[in-house]
Amino acid sequence: MRAWLPGYDLLRAKSLDAALRILADGGGETRVFAGGTDLMVLLESGDLPPGRFVSVWGLPELSGISVTDAHVTLGALTTYTEIQAHPVLRAEYPMLCEAARLTGATAIQNRGTIGGNIVNASPAADSPPALLVYGAEVELISAARGARWVGYDGFHTGYKRMDRRPDELLRAVRLPRTPGGSGAVHFYRKVGTRGAQAISKVMIAALGRRDAAGVVADCRISLGSVAPIVLRCRKTEAVCLDRPLTAEVIAAARAAVMDEVTPIDDIRSTKAYRRVVSGNLVAQFLALLAK
Amino acid sequence: MPVARAAKIEVSFTLNGAPVTVRALPMARLLDVLREDLRLTGTKEGCGEGECGACSVFLNGRLVTSCLVPIMQAEGARVETIEGVADQPDVVPIREAFVACNGSQCGICTPGMILATTALLRARPNPAETEVREALAGNLCRCTGYVKIFEAVARAAEARRGAAGGVR
Ligand SMILES: Cc1cc2nc3c(=O)[nH]c(=O)nc-3n(C[C@H](O)[C@H](O)[C@H](O)COP(=O)(O)OP(=O)(O)OC[C@H]3O[C@@H](n4cnc5c(N)ncnc54)[C@H](O)[C@@H]3O)c2cc1C
Ligand code: FES
Ligand code: FES
Repeated sequence: MRAWLPGYDLLRAKSLDAALRILADGGGETRVFAGGTDLMVLLESGDLPPGRFVSVWGLPELSGISVTDAHVTLGALTTYTEIQAHPVLRAEYPMLCEAARLTGATAIQNRGTIGGNIVNASPAADSPPALLVYGAEVELISAARGARWVGYDGFHTGYKRMDRRPDELLRAVRLPRTPGGSGAVHFYRKVGTRGAQAISKVMIAALGRRDAAGVVADCRISLGSVAPIVLRCRKTEAVCLDRPLTAEVIAAARAAVMDEVTPIDDIRSTKAYRRVVSGNLVAQFLALLAK
Repeated sequence: MPVARAAKIEVSFTLNGAPVTVRALPMARLLDVLREDLRLTGTKEGCGEGECGACSVFLNGRLVTSCLVPIMQAEGARVETIEGVADQPDVVPIREAFVACNGSQCGICTPGMILATTALLRARPNPAETEVREALAGNLCRCTGYVKIFEAVARAAEARRGAAGGVR
């Protein structure tokens, strides 16, 4: 059932400072509102707890993509449309662009933000696996404690739980430049019922590189929709690292990832399916890397 | 259960080129304000959750689903609905192609389809069919089976290019 609208206040922050003050004054009860593509769906279905929100949409301090020699930094309000259009992101972070292209459809991509995707913290979200593999860091900022950068790996601590205080705003995400170096293989697949508007059953973002001798020198594998949080598959990576990609190694990696994931049965898919597909996706990635 | 009670706010924006001011609860959907308060019923409601595209409008020139936009965020924005877009010179050939190709039956999806097509052809005047399918992937149609819609988009693209030289 739809929500009772007078129960929801939405304030407009005119600056980053104003937004931080509103969050601080709210005593942890005021929530951030960005593009609304997650929040408005909850409102419509009556699943959004009533209360006060602060809109940060349009704030320049949270917008835009900047590039230095060391990093590409995306403001939290960067939309999927902006991600796909950015030349450096397209050249160096193809998996993030692919995730953006496969998120919702055009109208969602014009409103949905990378910050909203991270803080909404769905284990089925499409961009987080790419962010993990690319070694992202996120910047959190509050009126009381200023700004801090934390590694994205470890940011999610449990289902919908994360290293963010209620008065903290996610301000930006940054990615180290040229992940994996040139010649790295970037492999992103989203498995769902259809290309657009579908929440993933399983997805993978993986990056690898072999040295001149054919030995795996870099291997990063992340899976979505297979655990309470987006998963970096370190055990599976360890099976591949420093080894040539023989059929035995690929088989061992497939077995390792099927062991490493902890999927559940839900309306979109089953535990068993997700486990098998996780193995298949890792094997596909390694076969590509072996070429 | 004690809940904060939000007060109505005044929101001013440009609607199809003209300034408007509405009084509404801040979390009211742009969709409802357009249809109920401003009586622009060309914008349709299908799903109410961002999936179907029937409620599409342009917000600052970008295609968005108005069921997911709280009215507060329209403050200072440029909003365009099918009523304001349909007669624009580069949109007329799109409209005509939908009619000519039977790309519209019950018509509920049509305003959103026309806006999504407009957004596509303004960015890519000569799209491949895969690009057409991707650009309209957020617009559901219960009637046509889509084939006639894709034909309409191809025909519209051709007509716009032909009419061009001039048109955007
Ligand atoms: C039809 C449809 C299809 C979709 N398809 C996909 C899909 O394919 N893949 C996918 O991953 N997602 C999908 N989504 C979900 C959604 O679009 C994304 O998660 C989006 O990135 C959310 O961003 P937003 O700005 O709209 O978030 P909001 O709805 O504004 O906020 C989401 C959450 O994040 C918090 N938040 C937002 N910004 C900040 C910030 N800067 N600091 C602190 N907290 C913040 C909010 O408080 C809220 O809890 C879909 C949604 C719809 C409606
Ligand atoms: S009514 Fe808004 S997308 Fe369906
Ligand atoms: S014409 Fe009826 S929904 Fe498309």
